[in-house]
Amino acid sequence: MYRRKFSPWPYLLIAPALIVIFAVVFFPVLNAIFMSFQSYDLRRPSQIRFTGLANYVAAMHDPLFWQALIKTVIWVSVGVGLQFVFGFLLALLLNRKFPGRGIVRSISLIPWVTPGVLIGLMWRWIFDGNYGVLNDLLMRLGLIHDKIPFLAQQSTAFPSVILTIIWQGIPFFALMLLAGLQGIPEELYDAANVDGANAFQRFFMITIPSLKNTIFVTTLLRIIWVANSVDVIFNMTEGGPAYSTQTLSVYVFNKANTLNLGYASTMAILLALALALVAVPYLKTLFKAQEESK
Amino acid sequence: MSDRQRSRGRRFSRFRRFLRALPGYILLIAMLIFLLFPFYWTFVTSIKPQKELYGRTVTYWPTAVTFDSYRKLFSEYNFLKPMLNSLLVASVTTVVSLTVSLLAAYAFSRYRFRGRKFFMTLFLTNNMFPTVLLLIPLFAIMRRIGILYTPSALILSYTTFTIPFSIWLLNGYLDDLPGSLEEAAMVDGANRAQAFMKIILPMLIPCVVATGAYVFMTAWNEYTFAVMFTNEGNRTIPVALKNFIGQLGVEWGMLTAGGIITIIPVCIMFFFAQKRLVEGLTAGAVKG
Repeated sequence: MYRRKFSPWPYLLIAPALIVIFAVVFFPVLNAIFMSFQSYDLRRPSQIRFTGLANYVAAMHDPLFWQALIKTVIWVSVGVGLQFVFGFLLALLLNRKFPGRGIVRSISLIPWVTPGVLIGLMWRWIFDGNYGVLNDLLMRLGLIHDKIPFLAQQSTAFPSVILTIIWQGIPFFALMLLAGLQGIPEELYDAANVDGANAFQRFFMITIPSLKNTIFVTTLLRIIWVANSVDVIFNMTEGGPAYSTQTLSVYVFNKANTLNLGYASTMAILLALALALVAVPYLKTLFKAQEESK
Repeated sequence: MSDRQRSRGRRFSRFRRFLRALPGYILLIAMLIFLLFPFYWTFVTSIKPQKELYGRTVTYWPTAVTFDSYRKLFSEYNFLKPMLNSLLVASVTTVVSLTVSLLAAYAFSRYRFRGRKFFMTLFLTNNMFPTVLLLIPLFAIMRRIGILYTPSALILSYTTFTIPFSIWLLNGYLDDLPGSLEEAAMVDGANRAQAFMKIILPMLIPCVVATGAYVFMTAWNEYTFAVMFTNEGNRTIPVALKNFIGQLGVEWGMLTAGGIITIIPVCIMFFFAQKRLVEGLTAGAVKG
């Protein structure tokens, strides 16, 4: 059914999407690149002028930029890593037959559909140093004697926001991996049983390889989402105390709020480049795998 | 072996199976408590009297259940306004994204044309641009063309991520429907558009609904663009929730009540759309 001769239809069909995307993505990105070479500060609109690489040089000399970059790496690797581990665990647990499985699966999804703002604020309330329920629980269990101001001190704030993002991401991984698990043919396991494979071998020789592509797509999506996420951290700590929870996205957001758009754009572009560094090899492998399977 | 012995043996083995599975169930329950406790806590907070929220001891169920926070939310704070704003923005975003994406996804799935792979990659890589990278120039552009602080500003900025994602999902669903279906209709004299409307669209509806639910949810929940692109008159729910954090502290009662109201519609939508959505998300991955 695929026509060999030229047809204008496919181009006409993708045109609306293409026009919108050019207007709201590619044109703005070009704009951002342009702004990053300017001293674009809306608080001083009369002084907007071309300054070459000045913003990039400033970023390289900005200790907060480097700190935010390191925070982003930890935020993404620990956050997504543990989301994956716990999500996988939940998927394996949900992959067994038991009464009420459908309902359990549905309700364990709720964190994924909860707005990031609300997640941030809910956990901010749980972590609260005076009236927070976490302090109360830990004290009742006898694990601590004095209340901990989780989000107000540097040593505990970053682990607290990471715990929150892990909580948010578990359901997504669980659902995707569960769908993958259910697609693995039962015969594979039967064959392995005949060959005398133990549970451990079955997991690493069958489960993991069968889920390879699901794992790939899911982690890539989560890496991008988590690296770009602003709302959870911003609504818990706004990047504080003393910038200890300020990832690059949050730093850019804070800078954009001060209307220093030139410098904010510069850092946003550096963030995009850092993400591309991770995502491009990832996508390449994925495309190759898909081509081979066709 | 008598029947009685056999049934006892079966019962015994069932008990053993249960024992073997027990650690798994305990683990599952622990994870569910971790995942759901924040919602329980949010709900309990929303029905506590103001005094009890900031009391000396933390209570796990209110001594006196009250819906004051919900009442105040609508009478004093006019929470209905941000709800309607969110509804407007999310609905229009959904309709626009679905229309545009369905056309593009159909082209990618049913035609082989020059530049197909290039354009697909173009849409795919779209997902990678950080929100904050688009936020800044969009703010400047919308300010210049005078649509900053209108719902259109939000709807347009939401299409930056909803269109690429919808195309990806819908393309996956369409690929799963064999082209022979339309071919048969076209042999019978229908043109391509008729074949699409009569054959493909009805089969695709559940998938379109699932994609729409996803788009609606992302627009309903979005904060980063919303806080920059709206003002008092058209702010959406997430911005309104954040506004309960004021100079004099946080209105936790109203905030949690607003939170509960916010997640109910998306939860209901998701219980229905969930299965299709996961199918779509994993379609590309599982096939490989």
